[in-house]
Order: sequence, then structure tokens, then C-alpha cells
Amino acid sequence: MGRILLEMKNITKTFPGVKALDNVNFQVEEGEIHALVGENGAGKSTLMNVLSGIYPFGTYEGDIIYNGEVCQFQKITDSEKRGIVIIHQELALVPQMSIGENMFLGNERGSKAAINWDETYSEADKYLKMVGLSESSRVLIKDIGTGKQQLVEIAKALAKNAKLLILDEPTSSLNETDSRALLDLMLEFKKQGMTMIIITHKLNEVVYVADKITVVRDGSTVETLDCHTMEIDEDRIIKGMVGREITDRFPKRDKSIVEIGDINMEVKDWTVYHPIYAERKVVDNVNMTVKKGEVVGIYGLMGAGRTELAMSIFGKSYGSDISGKLLIKGKEVDLKSPRAAINEKLAYVTEDRKGNGLVLSNSIRVNTSLANMVGVSSKGVIDMDKEYQVAVEYKDKLKTKTPSVEQNVGNLSGGNQQKVLLAKWMFTDPDILILDEPTRGIDVGAKYEIYCIINDLVREGKSVVMISSELPEVIGMSDRIYIMNEGRFVGEMKAEDATQENIMACILQAGRGE
Amino acid sequence: MKLKLLEVLKKYTMVFALIAVIIFFYANTEGKILYPQNINNLISQNAYVFVLAAGMLLCILTGGNIDLAVGSVVCFVGGIGAVMMDKDINVWVAVAVMLIGGLLVGAWQGFWIAYVKVPPFIATLAGMYAFRGLANVVMKGFAIGVRNETFLNVFGGGSDCYVPDFFHGENLNITCMAVGVIFAIIYIAFIISKRMSARKKGYDIESLTSVVPKTVVICAAVIWIFYKLAQYNGIPAGLLWIAAVLIAYGYITSKTTVGRYLYAVGGNEKATRLSGIDSRKIYFFAYINMGLMAGLAGILTIARAANAQPTFGQGYEMDAIAACFIGGASAYGGEGGIFGVIIGAVLMGVINQGMSIMGMSANYQTIVKGLVVLVAIIFDVQSNKKKK
Repeated sequence: MGRILLEMKNITKTFPGVKALDNVNFQVEEGEIHALVGENGAGKSTLMNVLSGIYPFGTYEGDIIYNGEVCQFQKITDSEKRGIVIIHQELALVPQMSIGENMFLGNERGSKAAINWDETYSEADKYLKMVGLSESSRVLIKDIGTGKQQLVEIAKALAKNAKLLILDEPTSSLNETDSRALLDLMLEFKKQGMTMIIITHKLNEVVYVADKITVVRDGSTVETLDCHTMEIDEDRIIKGMVGREITDRFPKRDKSIVEIGDINMEVKDWTVYHPIYAERKVVDNVNMTVKKGEVVGIYGLMGAGRTELAMSIFGKSYGSDISGKLLIKGKEVDLKSPRAAINEKLAYVTEDRKGNGLVLSNSIRVNTSLANMVGVSSKGVIDMDKEYQVAVEYKDKLKTKTPSVEQNVGNLSGGNQQKVLLAKWMFTDPDILILDEPTRGIDVGAKYEIYCIINDLVREGKSVVMISSELPEVIGMSDRIYIMNEGRFVGEMKAEDATQENIMACILQAGRGE
Repeated sequence: MKLKLLEVLKKYTMVFALIAVIIFFYANTEGKILYPQNINNLISQNAYVFVLAAGMLLCILTGGNIDLAVGSVVCFVGGIGAVMMDKDINVWVAVAVMLIGGLLVGAWQGFWIAYVKVPPFIATLAGMYAFRGLANVVMKGFAIGVRNETFLNVFGGGSDCYVPDFFHGENLNITCMAVGVIFAIIYIAFIISKRMSARKKGYDIESLTSVVPKTVVICAAVIWIFYKLAQYNGIPAGLLWIAAVLIAYGYITSKTTVGRYLYAVGGNEKATRLSGIDSRKIYFFAYINMGLMAGLAGILTIARAANAQPTFGQGYEMDAIAACFIGGASAYGGEGGIFGVIIGAVLMGVINQGMSIMGMSANYQTIVKGLVVLVAIIFDVQSNKKKK
């Protein structure tokens, strides 16, 4: 039993109208990795913002006791001085600057009037080595991958002399390999005596690294689990998060009702080149069939070319020099634009719902009709009544939680945003839906509802292509799975035959060039 | 209740600011600011601002994109028209050429911006120089008088540019008064029918406590303005053009699919493109429209001055942009509306005129204008911050 490094006592934080944190107690021992889990909006990030001084002392009730002293942080630099460093989910790096410049941004070496660049870069190199990066600190951020950028963030935190490191969803944009490397690095730091708090949705990671797990639900801490004294698995954690036992994370499809029929879409010898680096193949000779009433999973690590494949099929909205054949219901088509794809009853539900899925400043009503304005207008004039009815219909059908369809989409939670995005594409009345990471960043309950929607879609005889980097999800939801690696399909298997092990084996084999 | 009042204040900040400014000038000009003649002048002097700002709004909606060339285009188009009329070419041919000229300029700039992806700021900066130069070439550097009676009457120049009073009222222009009242009645009828259909279909309806004051205020303002105009010479011709433009653009932005796409492109271009909408066409549409409005503004400008000069239109682009931003259009695109543009343009006009009546030098007027724009944007930024 280590010394208590941090204690947050009876923390209560209210926003106008909402109690975000209600009498939260939270203890972290020195030298442990403490995982903070909970559904979206449970209050994890709010708690960490209180701790790091983003919400200054006085805007919350309760005490923060760090290193035996009561702390009253007014701003982030106050907490950083004490060695509490938070790494936010969105990377806060300037792409056009070098690693070294980023690392000491706001904390420059040398004097105010003259930055000492030699010292900057030599120190930066030192910290880079500590996180296992071999890059020179003079390399620009935009020239390294997201995995390495995340490591730079950690190096940056080390440069601030971190004693308590808080990582908010550090692996949300990393692929499996990079995630594992990052978690191993955390374990390495733990050996050296660093204390860490990790916030994450990926429960397998929690089980892998955490010494203790604190579950937050509806603004209060529900329980703290000690991984050394009890047997903790993912189901146990989920039970704490949602407050009930989830017997089945993936709703079953009744195979006697959902019949898999004829081929709806077929992709032959599909090859796509990078739009800027024209000699780089992003999708390499892919062959795929999608049948009526079938959920086809495409599993691959980030950067495998999954999104690029989907977008190139969807009206050539990505890539250059696309070759290959696309057949929809047996007929060869040449889709030159997203509009042409929509007309062929194809829908692509984008991966990044905020970035390229929804217009956040507009209402649910406006977003729902955006891809099918013809359906709610005549001769270019919108029928507002009809548009409203459509939005309400889909809101009820998908059980979107909102006071009204006039609510701005930006105000909704991730899960509800995803539903609006699905509604938008369902309203185009597609036969084939490509869902790109449909459950990323949304909580367990909302995930289940999205899975149910997918099941409803195939029950209606539609085809669903689900792109995902979560193995359990791919295995749990698909009828058939394609495995993609470095632009190529390296395996295909039926869901019954698929296990996490043999899917990973597929990728590893392909990686060795076999 | 207190919270609600605050919400109303926030939603209509600029309306209240406008009222405050009017009260200020009313007190400091011994009420001169509200003399019928001054209200008449406010409208005719600022006709170009309303017209250009309506066009500019579409550009700004697509993502905070502006058109710096409009001032030069106004001058260029006006120059062409003046030269044509000087050579006794049919007035309607000249008008058509001016409008088409504006449209072509818009197409030229729109092409570079939409299809070649030249940043709008730079594309229109280039246009600002080039069309100013062309205007000089067309007019050979001299002012050209416009004497065509029909042209001046229709587009609000000279002394007779009012809608005639068909009823020959003595001290009050009855036609003008009637138009004001009819307008208010149509507006009320429109609101009532909308509410009734919404209730029938079971939609959420705005509460009476918010609809009634809003309707009363709008109708009272309209009737009052027409009453003032009726005390002077009646409806200025320029007002007809302003009304036509504002109604048309109000309709386009709120009721049509094209209008919806303008907002969507400004809100999230990628999402819009992946929804099967050709965003290039939307940018192109916005700039072609801007060109058309610049053409119309050119017509109104040379009609009002009864001549065309190579220096015309300088700073017009800034007035239009300022009116949009003061009226609450977002500098990042996707937010704003015609109602805001009207408030923004009127606010600037009132400030200009109020200071002129008070006898302040034009130099100070420019300073105040600049500060007003800044304050408006600060409001916008602050209220956006609170939303998050």
C-alpha cells in the first residue's frame, strides 16, 4: 500500500442547471496507474479539469489534497508547476512546427528575448529518447504519424517535470500496435515511479494497465476496483458503468427472419492511388461482395486504407487514378460524384461525425434532410412542414434523445449525433450502407442502440458494410469479415470462424509478406 | 421571467442597440434625425448598402468569404451604363448590359474561387484593382453625366424619383400610407395563417407572449416609416428596389434548397460535399449573385448621382461587409440572415446621418464606424463563447 499522492474530497461542480459532479471522492496512490472509466458525460473530464485548474479554485466545492497539501489552483500553469500534467484527447500540437518547438511551446528554453535553439533541440532529443522515439526533434509534427505525435505529447509532459500524468483517451486515434506500445510505455514509467491517471473507453486497455479502476456514473464515483485483490474483467467494469449487468453486448439477429440473399454490391480489382502522392497505392486490388441482408465487417488497423476504400467507392470522393469495377445489383456503374452514388442507393456514413458528417451549427431537422433535399422540396423550394415531419419520424424511430428536432446538433451527445447522422443517410433510402466506425467515442448504452439499428436495417433487406477497428464489435456484429492491411484484403472469414487471435494472425502474416 | 428577458435581450441585441442609437441622436439633434426628409434620405442614400449587403451575405454564409471587388465593380458597371446612355443607346439595353456585366464579373471571380480554389480574399483583391482600372479605361478617367429621364426616375435619381400619389393627398401622400398599412396587414395575415397551419398539424408553436410583441413592433415600425415618408414626397424609387432585393433574398436564404446549401457549406463543407452536394456550385452561385447585386448597385449609384465617376464605389465593399457582420453574420460562415443585414445597414446609416446632422466631421464618422464594427464582432464572439 503506497502513499496517497492525490486526494480529491467531496468535489461538487455545478454548471448552470446541471450538477456535473456530485460529492466526488477520488484517491490516487503514488506509483500506480489509476483508470477512470465511465460513460460519456459521466463527469470524468470535468473531474480532471477541476484537478488541473481549468476550472479555477472557487468555481467548485471540495478540497484537492496533493502531496499532503491542500491546493488551490487558479490556472493550468499552477497545477503544472506542482507536476500535475494533463494530456488532452485532442492533440495540442502545431503541425507546421518541429517536435522540439512544440515540446517547449510556452516553456521556451533560453531567455524571453532570445530562444536558445541548441538547448531546445538537445533537451528535446533527450525526452524523445525517454519515450522511445528515434526521430530528430527538428522533424516537423506534420511529417510523423499520429502514434508518434501522441508520444511527443507525452515527452512534452515529461519536459514539464510531470509527477502525476493524466492521459485523457490517449489511444482514441491510435491503431492497435501503437496503442499497445503506448500502454507498455506507461507500464515502463510506472516502474520508474511515475503516477498516472488514464481515462479511456477501451476496457481491454484498462484491464491491461490499470492497478485500480474508479468508475464514475452520473457525476459521482460509484466504486473503486483494485485489480490486484480481485479478478476484474470487462463485463465487471461495464456493470459498474451502466449500473446493471449487460448480458449481451451485441444484440442477436434472428437468422430465420433475416435472410441473406443475392449479391447487392460487388467490387472487383479496386485500386486507388493517393490524391497527392500519386505513386502511392492506398487501396490495392480489393475484391469484395456484399449480399442482401448481410452485415459485412471490414477490420483493419488505422491507416489500412478502409476509409479510403469506402470513400473511393462512394462517388470517387477520395483518391486519384481509381481503377476496377463496381457492380451494384449486377449492373456495372461508374459513380463520378457522391450524388451519383446516392442515386444508386448507396450511402456512406462517415467516420468523423463532427469533421465531415454533420453541420454542427444547424438543427437536427436541417441535418436530417441534407443528403436528400429533393425528398422535402419541390422545384428548389423547401416544404418546411414535410422536413419537420421527416425529422420527427427518424427521431422517434432511432430514439434520439433531444427535446426537439430544432435543437442544434452541436449540443447533442456523441451517441445522439451518430443517430442523427444515421437518420440523414437512412432518409436517402439506400440499399447499401457503408458505416465507417459507427460507434467510435460513444458509450456502451448508445453502442447497443446503434447495433440494434444495424440489425433493423438488414432485417429490411438492406446491406450493411461496417468498418471498425474494434475487434469484438466486428466479430459480434458481422456475418462475414474482410481483414484489411496496408491497402489489401488479407483475409476473409465467416463470423462463426472468427476469433480475435486468428484475425490478428492474418494481419501479422500479411505484414511478414507471406 | 428574468432569464427570459435576458434571452430576448441577447437574441435581439442589435435591435436594441439600434433603438438606443436612434434615441441618442434624437436627443442630440433636437429630434432632427426623425424628420421625414431625413428618413427619406437614410433610405435613398444607403440603397447601395442594402443591395450589396444582401449579396455579400450569401458569400459570407459560405464560410466567411468576402468580396472586396464590389466597390470597383459598382464603378465599372456604372461607367459602362453611363457611356452607353451618353451615346443614346436604349436605356433598357443599357440596364440589361449593366446587370449582365455584373453577372459576368461574378462568374469570372466565382470561377477562380470555386473551381480553381483561389482564396476569395485574393481573387477579389485582384478584382478590386482590375475592375477599378477597367472603370477608368471605360470612362477614360472622366465623369460622365447621366441625363436619361426614364433611367433616373425608375432607379431613384433626380428630384422626381418617387412613386406618384394616385390619390393626390394634400399634406400626406395617401398611396404611400396605404402601401404601409397594406404591408402590415399582409404580414399579420401571414403570421396568423402560419400559426393556424402549424397548430392544425400539431407542431410546436411560438408562445403568444413572444409572437404578439414581435409582430406589433414590426408592423408599428413599418407603418411609422411609411407615415414619415408620406409626410415627405412618398415612396422613394430606391425603396422599391431595396424591398424587392431584401424580400427575394430573404426567401432564397430561408425557403430554398440553394439557400440551405449556402448555410451547410459554411457550417461544414466536407459534410455537405459527402451529402452529394457540389460545394463548388454553391460558391459559384454565391459570387455570381454578388456580381448581379453589384450590377444593380451600380445602376442605383449612377442614378442617384446622375453621373458616373471613376472614383465611385470606393469603400462600398467595406460598408456591405460591415452591415453583414454588425447584423450578426458569423465571420466563420454558416450563420446569419437577411433580417440581421437590414438591422446592420440601418444602424450604420443612422450613425452616419446622425453624426452629419450633429455637424461632426467625416473623419470622426469613420472612426465611429470602425468602432461599431468592432463592438458588434465582440458581441458575436462573446455570445458564441457562452454557448460552448
